[in-house]
Amino acid sequence: MMLSDWTLWLEWLVKSLFVIFALLTGFAYLTWYERRALARIQARIGPNRAGPLGLLQPIADAVKLIFKEELIPAKADRTLFFWAPVITMVPSIILAATIPFGLENVPLFGREISLAVANINVGVLYLMSIASIAVYGIVLAGWSSNNKYAMLGGLRSSAQMISYELSLGLMFVTTIILADSMNLQEIVQQQSGMWFAVIQPVGALIFLIVTLAEVNRAPFDMPEAEQELTAGYHSEYSGMKFALFFMAEYQKMIVISMIAATLFFGGYRELWFLQGTILSVDRFWWLGPIYLLLKVVVLLFFMIWIRATWPRIRYDRLMAFGWKVLLPLSLAIAFITAAGVLLSQDLDPLFIWSIPIVSGIAGLFTVVMIYRELRRKAYERA
Amino acid sequence: MTLDLVFFLILSLIAIATALGMLLSRNAIYSALFLVLNFVTVAVFYLLLGAPFIAMAQITIYAGAIMVLFLFVIMLLGAENLPETQTLPWQKYLAGGLAAVLAVEATFIFLTRARPAGEIAPPDEAVNTIANLRELGDVLFRQYLLPFEVTSILLLVAMVGAIVLIRKEKRVH
Repeated sequence: MMLSDWTLWLEWLVKSLFVIFALLTGFAYLTWYERRALARIQARIGPNRAGPLGLLQPIADAVKLIFKEELIPAKADRTLFFWAPVITMVPSIILAATIPFGLENVPLFGREISLAVANINVGVLYLMSIASIAVYGIVLAGWSSNNKYAMLGGLRSSAQMISYELSLGLMFVTTIILADSMNLQEIVQQQSGMWFAVIQPVGALIFLIVTLAEVNRAPFDMPEAEQELTAGYHSEYSGMKFALFFMAEYQKMIVISMIAATLFFGGYRELWFLQGTILSVDRFWWLGPIYLLLKVVVLLFFMIWIRATWPRIRYDRLMAFGWKVLLPLSLAIAFITAAGVLLSQDLDPLFIWSIPIVSGIAGLFTVVMIYRELRRKAYERA
Repeated sequence: MTLDLVFFLILSLIAIATALGMLLSRNAIYSALFLVLNFVTVAVFYLLLGAPFIAMAQITIYAGAIMVLFLFVIMLLGAENLPETQTLPWQKYLAGGLAAVLAVEATFIFLTRARPAGEIAPPDEAVNTIANLRELGDVLFRQYLLPFEVTSILLLVAMVGAIVLIRKEKRVH
């Protein structure tokens, strides 16, 4: 790779701009999507005045937020108060840099272009490291506001994110074991025969639960529990600075859905039984981004659906669930996956199917134990 | 090569500036944040040296996990601001003296032992592949299995100790 090759720089620039604009547009229409879907579930109509179907609503919101007055609390730490939204925003965008949204060698403009901003060999680790520094913006926003509620929100979120990161890391490990690679492009290619969500369904489920906690979404939105903390870490923010937090949260939702799709649901690949047909990505490269978009839309719908139907769980139960239930289960899942892969390599390829069976039993056992524990507590209270 | 050198110079300046900022800042939160920046800069150094695994591990563990806990503790204790007066007045002079000794020592070793620049060959493509990670794992779990396990048990003991210390004593009937 020659760094003096100016076309390479141009390619990187174009791809980065494409991802950034895709995320910004995605954010704007995710707010619309969420409000419409929530309204449907609650038997309302939702925003439908600005433009057809309310499609211009995000633009109206943006104009409103830009012209709102910005307030900075007198006792706030002005430097960090300014930087906290920026520090929150940046990881949510650069997280998308390694996610492939199409094939590796697309013939475009007379050259082969890999449809990912950066196709690096430690892609999964990159996701892990960026996800782990995403917590800074929220903590600093809480601290710099010099407000007790904001501070508590910030501390809650950092404790929550650190706790759930452990299970997140173990789920990354599970996919690394299954794909035998840390390269996201390779992980996607490995799933062209079968999704990892089919081989490791419990792992995929844990991943989805943990990502809800990582992006502070309901039912894990403790950092901004309105009844307890007014609005949590962004209580003191208004105008564009508040909008940045808002954007970061929704962009993280999109990116984390992209990651979930990439790691467990075949990424930009078609459904496995469509291989070799006219709907295959190998046939038309432009189907890749479309498939990824469809998967992301479905996963986002699940996030919205959960927000509409589930109550927020209590903070001590949230931590207990993370440490006492999800972490041991994730450890067991990682172990079962490793053992299954080893058996299928050494003895018989059919042993790969011991993974879903055994991990299904482990998952079921966990659910039964939680149920019995809750029953026991209810009995003791009565 | 020259591009690498330019990157190196810029990064070294950032690393030194953030390290100084960490030392000189009067606010513990800012000190911690300067240290985070320093860790990230060092991670970029590792990337320049062709060791992406170590770079990512550096960011995840130091910048992502340990420093967040530091910030957490500083905020919970409300220990952001240093007291105006030093509790150990002689500490400053002792630190200055030791730093001078270290600087002289480092310069001496650098001048006498440093290899010619040509000998430090840039790592080849192999470092960037998964095979390298596999080798690392092999060495860690075969050759250094005992030290690895002992370290993990040590960490486990420390964790159990912390939990025992914060646990509320149950009243004996």
